Amino acid sequence: MEPSITTENRAIRTAPLAAGFADPVHDAQGCFRAIMDVMARPGTRKTLELGKLTPPAPLTPAAAAIALTLFDYDTPVWLDRPLMQSDAVKAFLRFHTVAPILSEPVEAAFALVSEPGSMIPLTSFNQGSAEYPDESTTVILTGQVFGKAQAVTLEGPGIKEKISFSTGPTPPIFWDQVVSNNRQFPRGIDLVFAGEKEIAALPRSTRITLTEA
Amino acid sequence: MSDTAENYDQGEYNFAYLDEQTKRMIRRAILKGIAIPGYQVPFASREMPMPYGWGTGGVQVTAAILGKDDCLKMIDQGSDDTTNAVSLRGFFEKTAGIRTTYETSEATVIQTRHRIPEKDLTDDQVIVFQVPIPEPLRFLEPRETETRKMHALEDYGLMHVKLYEDIAKNGHIATTYAYPVKVNDRYVMDPSPTPKFDNPKIDEMAALQLYGAGREKRIYAIPPYTKVKSLDFEDYPFEVQKFDKPCALCGARNVYLDEVILDDRGGRMFVCSDSNFCEERRAAGHVGPMAADPAAVQIGGSSQEETAR
Ligand SMILES: [Zn+2]
Repeated sequence: MEPSITTENRAIRTAPLAAGFADPVHDAQGCFRAIMDVMARPGTRKTLELGKLTPPAPLTPAAAAIALTLFDYDTPVWLDRPLMQSDAVKAFLRFHTVAPILSEPVEAAFALVSEPGSMIPLTSFNQGSAEYPDESTTVILTGQVFGKAQAVTLEGPGIKEKISFSTGPTPPIFWDQVVSNNRQFPRGIDLVFAGEKEIAALPRSTRITLTEA
Repeated sequence: MSDTAENYDQGEYNFAYLDEQTKRMIRRAILKGIAIPGYQVPFASREMPMPYGWGTGGVQVTAAILGKDDCLKMIDQGSDDTTNAVSLRGFFEKTAGIRTTYETSEATVIQTRHRIPEKDLTDDQVIVFQVPIPEPLRFLEPRETETRKMHALEDYGLMHVKLYEDIAKNGHIATTYAYPVKVNDRYVMDPSPTPKFDNPKIDEMAALQLYGAGREKRIYAIPPYTKVKSLDFEDYPFEVQKFDKPCALCGARNVYLDEVILDDRGGRMFVCSDSNFCEERRAAGHVGPMAADPAAVQIGGSSQEETAR
């Protein structure tokens, strides 16, 4: 499906909608366990079973799988500009998850970022409150390549001693933002990184040390 | 969603009983719990086809994470054979059709009430605790708005006062169950009504720990390798229960023992509360002081649980 052909509603209605999970119950369960594992073990990676997911670009199959697993009418979703500009992406997400799509990042339960290199600051999202830190945004960065960019060192819950982690693309002062995010624990956002098939996560509890180049 | 219990009676239900919308909501709460170790995440607990007090919180957490390739161990007070354990294991065999086991090392998911297995858990396992009252400050402060504020401000003075009063009254901290811990140097948490003997096991545990409270609608978690410290004082350090004798049947030391009444003439013995651990040791040839006593083996075999109370 070509997402950028037109923005006319008529074209969207006639375009065939890409399918969701082939087996909604077990595919969602498998995808959730992978997300749970990487959230519980920050910096480690798990491979998603993506089956035949072919969502409209720039929504990646891995991002679509995460959306189908976690989003629903209870989870307002913020999309970055390339995703927001694609009616096919919005139609796909609305049809399969029923999640409300909104333009205010601070109101989002989830944020999907398709161009992480130029993403908005992490402080733009909901940081949760001191009494309800769980009400914060989970930010999903897509199109990630692991092990190629400058590595950082991770410590904290879920990590036995220390672990080295490298992912990209990320915006220029991204890791400083992640350090600040951890400093306001228990408030803060949680990050999920989605590559082609692999995912990793950094919950707010992870302490980051920037490694000198 | 409130008609799920009715659907169960009619034999109509989704894999692992819960509908997908409920699973998603619980899964999101689990992820938040993992990201904020020890913090109690509110969730919309569902009506389950079993009464509160039967582990509906744990059951919902297990149902939300369980996959068709999982192998489930269900224990109650260390035993796989109590009415509660048998009933909940049967629930998942019926609704999810998954494999179940008594063997700790074979299980991928372990749901438990009141104990942690003696055998070290591994990176590949998840342990789900059934929690009756998740709020460790509830006995000291009944108002949710106040306890939430205390957690937000990390104001745990009241808890220390309570423990210190214990010392003043008894000469030591008298709390032996649900002994409060501090997780990741931040949140004070109730480790569920496990004996404090098990508290050291949840510190830096290799397995992911998930806690579910159905009636109180809370989920919380401790990721693997997370620092968990039992609250204490410099002059009154935390201590676990010590048993001066080994298990009467398998001879194990440094394990949690249950008292078992043998007859009405005051005969009694102490045996492993973890029945699978005890059986595996006996199968491997370990012998305790009463292993030759047929009455002791009969009672202390695989169904010691009811006599232990
Ligand atoms: Zn024994």
